[in-house]
Amino acid sequence: MSVLVIAEHDNVSLKGATLNIIAAAKKIGGDIDVLVAGEGCGAVAQAAAAAEGVKKVLVADNAAYGHQLAENVAALVAEKGKGYSHILACASTTGKDVLPRVAALLDSQQISEIIGVESSDTFQRPIYAGNAIATVQSSDAIKVITVRPTAFDPVAATGGAAAVEAIADAKDAGVSSFVKDEMAKSDRPELGGASIVISGGRGMQNGDNFEMLYRVADKLGAAVGASRAAVDAGFVPNDMQVGQTGKIVAPQLYVAVGISGAIQHLAGMSGSKVIVAINKDEEAPIFQVADYGLVADLFEAVPALEAELNKVL
Amino acid sequence: MKVLVAVKRVIDYNVKARVKADQTGVDLSNVKMAMNPFCEIAVEEAVRLKERGVATEVVVVSIGPKAAQEQIRTALALGADKGVHVETDVEVEALAVAKLLKAVVEKEQPGLIILGKQSIDTDNNQTGQMLAALCGYGQATFASEVTVSGDKVEVTREVDGGLRTVALKLPAIVTTDLRLNEPRYASLPNIMKAKKKPLETVSPADLGVDVTPRLKTLKVVEPAKRSAGIKVASVEELVSKLKNEAKVI
Ligand SMILES: Cc1cc2nc3c(=O)[nH]c(=O)nc-3n(C[C@H](O)[C@H](O)[C@H](O)COP(=O)(O)OP(=O)(O)OC[C@H]3O[C@@H](n4cnc5c(N)ncnc54)[C@H](O)[C@@H]3O)c2cc1C
Ligand SMILES: Nc1ncnc2c1ncn2[C@@H]1O[C@H](COP(=O)(O)O)[C@@H](O)[C@H]1O
Repeated sequence: MSVLVIAEHDNVSLKGATLNIIAAAKKIGGDIDVLVAGEGCGAVAQAAAAAEGVKKVLVADNAAYGHQLAENVAALVAEKGKGYSHILACASTTGKDVLPRVAALLDSQQISEIIGVESSDTFQRPIYAGNAIATVQSSDAIKVITVRPTAFDPVAATGGAAAVEAIADAKDAGVSSFVKDEMAKSDRPELGGASIVISGGRGMQNGDNFEMLYRVADKLGAAVGASRAAVDAGFVPNDMQVGQTGKIVAPQLYVAVGISGAIQHLAGMSGSKVIVAINKDEEAPIFQVADYGLVADLFEAVPALEAELNKVL
Repeated sequence: MKVLVAVKRVIDYNVKARVKADQTGVDLSNVKMAMNPFCEIAVEEAVRLKERGVATEVVVVSIGPKAAQEQIRTALALGADKGVHVETDVEVEALAVAKLLKAVVEKEQPGLIILGKQSIDTDNNQTGQMLAALCGYGQATFASEVTVSGDKVEVTREVDGGLRTVALKLPAIVTTDLRLNEPRYASLPNIMKAKKKPLETVSPADLGVDVTPRLKTLKVVEPAKRSAGIKVASVEELVSKLKNEAKVI
C-alpha cells in the first residue's frame, strides 16, 4: 500500500490542513508521499519534507500549476497517482475542484470528505448535511479520497526528513486560464484552523454591525464566520460562510450570534467542542445544540460580552 | 449555442433526513422530494442565458427513477426547452452519472454544460468535475458569475480565500454556487405549457454505460447526538462558565 497526498498550499507556504490529511493517510497505512504542484513552491516542498511520516516529496514547479487550474493539476496527479493505492486531498475548494477530475481520469469512484478510516478500503463520511454517517467500502484499484481536515488530528509539522524529487513535465491542457483573484484580506485566524470561531447571522442586520463581532473575536483570538443568510445579504464575503455548502469548522468554542440553526448551518459547526448561542428567540433550533444558550438581544449582549471579556481576560 | 443542464431529484432541503432502523440508508418513503437546490440555480442561469440571446436552446437531463420526470417538468416550466430522462432505478454513482452525461453531451453537442456544485443528499461534489475530465473540457466549479463572450466563458468562482476568476474555452463545464442567481418560481401557465414540451426517455444500456456501483454502503447511522445544554441568565454567567467550567477561553 502507498498513499499519495496532494499538498494544500498557496505557492508560499504549506497549509496546515495538509498535516491533517497526512494523518488520515497514516491511518490507511503504507508509505506516504506528498505531491506539491505549484509555481515557485520550493519552500512548500521543504515544509512538506519536514512533516512527520512523509517518505518522499514530489515537486512539480511550473507555471502550468501556478493557479491550481484543475485541468492541468488533475492531469499531473492522475499520471503520478497511477503507482499508488490511494490518492488523498483536502476537502477544500481546491481539493474538491481537482480530485474528482483525477478520479474520473483513473476510472475510480471518489469518496468525498471522509471523517473516519475503518480500514484501507472502508471509510466513514457524512451524507444528507451530516444527518447521517455512511460507512462505504470501495472496490476500485486506486482509491481517490477527499478528507475533512477537522476530523483528523494533524501530524507534527517538523522532525521528518523526506527526500525531495523534482518532476519536470508540465501538463498544460490549454483549455483554461487564470484571470484574477479577489481574496478577502484578514489578520484574523483562518476559519478552518481557528480554536475559537464567532459567527453572525441574519440577526446582525448589516455588515457594519459585524464590527461588534470583530472586536470580540480580536479579544479572543477568534476567526469570524457567518450563516448563508448573512453572506447572501452581502453583510460579509462568501468565504466566511459556515455550513453544509460552506466551510466546516470544529473549534474548541463556537459562538453563534443571531443565527437560527438551520440544518445546513449545523452541518458546518456541530463538530465544535463547546457551542454558545445568542439569540432573542428562545425557540430557535440553535439552542438544541448549544451547550450554553443566552436568550437576549444581540445588540445588547455582544457589547456586554466584549466589556465582560475585557474585565476577566 | 445550446446549453445542457443536469438536474437531480433529491430530498427537499427543508426535510430532516431520518436514518432507517436497519441502518441500510435514509428513509425516503413518504418524504417530500424536489429538485436539488444547486440544480435550480443551474436551470435559472441557463434560462437567463437564453433570455439574453446567448443561448438558443436549453436542454435539461436527469438520471433516476420514473419520478425524476417531475423535476424535468419543473425545469421545463422554468424555461428549458427539452428534457432527456435517463431512466434507471439503480442509485447511480457520480462517475456513472458523468459517463451517462457524456453520452448525452455527445448527442446534443452543447456549447455550455451547467450542473450544481453538490447534491444535498450524497454531498458528493464530484459530477461536474468528472464530466469535464471525461469530455476533456475546461471546468469552472462553484460559480458566482458567468459571462459568455464569443468562444469563451469567464467565470468567477467562490473559493476558500475569496473569489477567483478563470476563463475557459467553449465547450466547457460550469458548476453553480449559491450566489450565482436567485431562481424564479414557475408560473401556472408555464407549468401547463411544460406538459407539452418534448421529453425523451433513454436507458443507461441505450447509452452504453455500465452503472454498477463501485462503492458498497456497509451501514448508515445517525451522527452522535448533541444534547442541549443549559440556558445562562446573563453575559456575566456565560463568560464565567466558559472560563471556569468549559475552560475554553
Ligand atoms: C442548498 C442550500 C445550502 C445551504 N447551505 C448553507 C450553509 O452552508 N450555511 C448556512 O448557514 N446556511 C445554508 N443554507 C441556508 C439555511 O437553510 C438557512 O436559511 C440559513 O442558515 C439561515 O441563516 P440565519 O440563521 O442567519 O438566518 P435566519 O434563519 O433568518 O435566523 C436569524 C436568527 O437571528 C435571530 N435574531 C434576529 N434579530 C436578533 C437580535 N436582535 N438579537 C438576537 N437574535 C436575533 C432570530 O431570532 C433568528 O433565529 C443553505 C440552504 C440551501 C437550500
Ligand atoms: N442523477 C443525476 N441526474 C442528473 N444530474 C445529476 C445527477 N447526479 C448528479 N447530477 C448533477 O451533478 C451535480 C453535482 O452532484 P454531486 O456530484 O452528486 O454532488 C448536481 O447538482 C447535478 O447537476
